[in-house]
Amino acid sequence: MRRTGERLAGYLMTAPFYVLFGVFGLFPLLYTAWVALHHWHLINGDTGFTGLGNFAVLLQDAHFYNALFNTVSIFVLSTVPQLLAALGLAALLDRPLRARTLWRASVLLPNVVSVVAVALVFSQLFAEDYGVVNWALGLVGLDPVDWRSDRFASHVAVSVMVMWRWTGYNALLYLAAMQSVPQERYDAAMLDGASRWRTFWSITVPAIRPTIAFTVVVSTIGGLQLFAEPQLFDDTGTNGTGGADRQFQTLAMYLYEKGFGEFDAGYAAAIAWLLFLFSAGFALFNFSLVRRMRGGE
Amino acid sequence: MAARERTGFVVYGLLLAVGIASIFPLYWSFVVSSKDNSALGETTPPLLPGGNLLENVGKVFETVDFWLAMQNSLIVAGTVTVSNVLLSSMAGFAFARLRFPGRDSLFLVVIGTAMVPAQLGVIPLYLVVGELGWYGRLEAVIVPGLIGAFSVFWMRQACEEAIPSELLDAGRVDGCSTARLFWSVAMPAIRPQAAVLAMLTFMTAWNDFFWPLIVLDPNEHPTVQVALSRLASGYFTDYSLMLTAATLGVLPVIVLFILLARKVVDGVMRGALRG
Repeated sequence: MRRTGERLAGYLMTAPFYVLFGVFGLFPLLYTAWVALHHWHLINGDTGFTGLGNFAVLLQDAHFYNALFNTVSIFVLSTVPQLLAALGLAALLDRPLRARTLWRASVLLPNVVSVVAVALVFSQLFAEDYGVVNWALGLVGLDPVDWRSDRFASHVAVSVMVMWRWTGYNALLYLAAMQSVPQERYDAAMLDGASRWRTFWSITVPAIRPTIAFTVVVSTIGGLQLFAEPQLFDDTGTNGTGGADRQFQTLAMYLYEKGFGEFDAGYAAAIAWLLFLFSAGFALFNFSLVRRMRGGE
Repeated sequence: MAARERTGFVVYGLLLAVGIASIFPLYWSFVVSSKDNSALGETTPPLLPGGNLLENVGKVFETVDFWLAMQNSLIVAGTVTVSNVLLSSMAGFAFARLRFPGRDSLFLVVIGTAMVPAQLGVIPLYLVVGELGWYGRLEAVIVPGLIGAFSVFWMRQACEEAIPSELLDAGRVDGCSTARLFWSVAMPAIRPQAAVLAMLTFMTAWNDFFWPLIVLDPNEHPTVQVALSRLASGYFTDYSLMLTAATLGVLPVIVLFILLARKVVDGVMRGALRG
């Protein structure tokens, strides 16, 4: 009697989840594959099966490779320094500190600011003529940089926005992991006379490797989806081309341009699939890279 | 001991530098909000606030219907938050504490899809929302967000950790229904975790951009983020206006953050809040 009641309750209590998640989460994910196999106009609907046609065109599309290159470039420029900085910051926060919560909160603050606001503010900071960044470069005797039109410079600018928003967040994840490292390991290192630096790299970092792997995977998935920062960095509007020469158009922006600018839903769905395959592959690759780091425990 | 104190000084110095870097863009946004647009054209950028704040705020409300945007964001984020907490507490409780066939494989689906980029499903989601006749309406943003894999995962964790088994068993022996067990035993026990989830969900919903931009009409029923993006899209070049709006849009979340800083920090340190 009790078993049946419990079963029924189990299904009833999870039902809202199945229904909502099924219709708005899982179904779209699967249906993307079907749309990608068709010529599909976003408004007019299915206009004919094309098999792998969209993918064939996509693999010859120079704009696609451009967006892929930009995405990977911005991802690397933002993630590598960011995670290293987060590691250092976590080490600082791991020391006995006065006003502990205040410091933790201040590094987390950027993370609660919306990407839109971040992009608007940084777009002004990186303005060519009157921006604060170029003004500061001038103070130390450097030439102003044209942050929007130069490909590399625009990637750096977008990466700085990403780093600003996420470094503190990752530092707190590392900090949480560091605090569960057993004290005995540190005591042993101290007895051996290891320096602080040595202890950090030989004990702390290997001990928190699972967390590092986690942040790498999450950053990879997030980084390859990058949209708002470059989209709003483009002062020519929000059509998603990422600058006059597409110098900072990311894959997500290209998906947006094709799907919601040109209404080519089939093509955009194909981009979505390749985006997914890349992020899955990349995440897996990075994950195994981190696992292999330092000999693998 | 002396050496230790000196290190302490360096550590605080570095942390202070990081803190300033964290706050500066927000501070600068506020400075520009309080200036006339022409101040931005000066060779030395303004670093101290001026006296135009109220005037700029007034202009924001004249240029775009910012009240409407704020109201919409509040409706969206509020509904999504309440629903996520309620529905995912229920689902989390069932996944953690009830036995029913298919439970574990269903939960695996939750975890699996949480790792898939949302952008993969965005085209079909748009088609689904169109079938339902929701283009441009708040339902399009609210309903798909009513529950999320992350929320379910979070509350399942909470139900496993925070509900004493003895209490559940005692309730069962006393003949409590499952609904009663959930409401009177589980809910009080998981309240702290539910509160943290509520905050994180509210912030994420308030800040959401990609999907609202696609499905909402910036002129009809924008959320704050969509309204902001319209101010930045080249129709307007008044930067002080733009940053005033950005400051206003960030304000509610910042206030929430300052009030609940300790809880947000704890929530994140438990591995929460995805991007």
